[in-house]
Amino acid sequence: MFAYVVRRVLATIPVMAIVALFVFSLLYIAPGDPAAVIAGDQATPDDVERIRQSLGLDRPYLVRFGSWVWDILRGDLGVSIFTNLPVATMIKQRIEPTLSLMIVTLCLAVSIAVPMGVVAAWKVGTWIDRMVMGFAVLGFSVPVFVVGYLLAYVFALELDWLPVQGYTAFSQGFVPWIENLILPAVALGSVYIALIARITRATMLEVLQQDYIRTARAKGANQVSILFLHALKNAAVPIVTVIGIGIALLIGGAVVTESVFAIPGLGRLTVDAILRRDYPVIQGVVLLFSFVYVLVNLVIDLLYTLFDPRIRY
Amino acid sequence: MSASVLSPGDVSAATVKAAAPLPDIMPPVKVRKGLWGFMYRNPSIAIGGTIVLLMILMAIFAPLLWTVDPTALAPARRTREPSAQYWFGTDMLGRDVYSRVVYGARVSLIVGFAVAFCASVAGLTIGLISGFVRWADGIIMRVMDGLMSIPSILLAIALMALTRGSVGNVILAITVAEIPRVSRLVRGVVLSLREQPYVDAAVSCGTRTPVIIWRHILPNTIAPMTVQATYVCASAMIVESILSFIGAGTPPIIPSWGNIMAEGRALWQVKPYIVFFPAVFLSITVLAVNLLGDGLRDALDPRMAKRL
Repeated sequence: MFAYVVRRVLATIPVMAIVALFVFSLLYIAPGDPAAVIAGDQATPDDVERIRQSLGLDRPYLVRFGSWVWDILRGDLGVSIFTNLPVATMIKQRIEPTLSLMIVTLCLAVSIAVPMGVVAAWKVGTWIDRMVMGFAVLGFSVPVFVVGYLLAYVFALELDWLPVQGYTAFSQGFVPWIENLILPAVALGSVYIALIARITRATMLEVLQQDYIRTARAKGANQVSILFLHALKNAAVPIVTVIGIGIALLIGGAVVTESVFAIPGLGRLTVDAILRRDYPVIQGVVLLFSFVYVLVNLVIDLLYTLFDPRIRY
Repeated sequence: MSASVLSPGDVSAATVKAAAPLPDIMPPVKVRKGLWGFMYRNPSIAIGGTIVLLMILMAIFAPLLWTVDPTALAPARRTREPSAQYWFGTDMLGRDVYSRVVYGARVSLIVGFAVAFCASVAGLTIGLISGFVRWADGIIMRVMDGLMSIPSILLAIALMALTRGSVGNVILAITVAEIPRVSRLVRGVVLSLREQPYVDAAVSCGTRTPVIIWRHILPNTIAPMTVQATYVCASAMIVESILSFIGAGTPPIIPSWGNIMAEGRALWQVKPYIVFFPAVFLSITVLAVNLLGDGLRDALDPRMAKRL
């Protein structure tokens, strides 16, 4: 077990190194000369050259990559070209809304999608099953911002149940916080729900054919406990895996959802950075999101033994 | 007890007499043949395929479909509601939304098909190399793992930040983001095919590797690749609209569904129809492509169909 954990953790290092190399190359080949930007309009070529040397921009690619990685390991993600603020600070300011959105979406999606998939597998072939599967195809097909606008139009503009846009910090109270997050979370979660419901249904169909399910039925266990205690437990590994992989959808979708609902999070930061070509910020956000994604999937891998004690490493 | 049970000795001529022929309770199954029969048996392919075909025709014949110049500005007729003259209304610059939506189909379809094609070709090549060249496999798969751990929309956004917005660059950026998934699929198929007895037989006959790939491996990757390509196409259309929507995709001069929505965004609370129509077209097209993919999967790969 311990050996497996060590091996699995070590295996993420090359992956992160490739992500880092890619993200670094992004800035390296980005058009525009940071030294010229910093030097300003009145600078002479000598000034620009001096700044370039002081920033170490004249050194070879791999040397710069090395010092860049070293900076990141110390928590220094560089300085924004546009605001002159450290990227790490900008990310810290924007992280709460995005984290809130992700957590609410995750909870909402899992609590809707898993029962949906279970019921669809139980009632396989009936109209309930077909409706769930139909919803799943729809969820894959309708882009997140379309769902977002539709929800905002119906529930915020027409019915006036929830706020249209914006974000209220958690410190201002739970109710205003959640009120602002429900619509974005449903919009963002639609693809995610579709994905999880589909995998849950598929896995449950397989598990429900096992002998011990028949045994459970024969001994008179009720349907709910068969589905959720006997079967779901054994279907947990693929479901949890897809929940982890699906985080990528959430991250990508958050960029758009935050634009639709005017949430001042990391997604908005990314969009603004792209429109201004603020490469250090883009770099920092991509790096952070990828790191989180790898980390989440690492943790899920390590948790497999918890969901399925039969797995031994 | 023994009296009620027939022992072998009891079997008389009467009990073994042939049973009367069963009445015809099952009517003869009418098997439809040809294209119509195939459509009948695979309704998702029929529905999805028809809609995709209609969209392609719409994109090709856009100038003939009672459209006007989609970029023609008319400040006097800004933000008109949908009417007999302006079917989908006009946007804040007075451009006809109907014409823009019809022309916008071109960008979405071109991006979708081009990405599906490029990602398939690149993924096939990488997957084949990875499946056959042992020393390259480790390196390639680590690189793919790395690319895959950057969420694909974010990867496309990052690539778009490097270049000017153009349809070609959008295609390139989305293709790069889709390649890892396709290569993984191909690699998996190749590795499982290599264990097949007929491949072993070919090897033992002294068939050269390129011939084995061409004759035994490639034909078997076509089915899963086709299915995957439709999903890549659907996802590429969504990513294109997202890129255009946040202003990092197709340049604003070219009408694309994402662009129309991006421009309608500022007014969506008062003039929701500008966002509504491209959104409906985009969703229906992606839905049709996904249906086509599901149908193809069921028809081409019954094993996979049972699993999902």
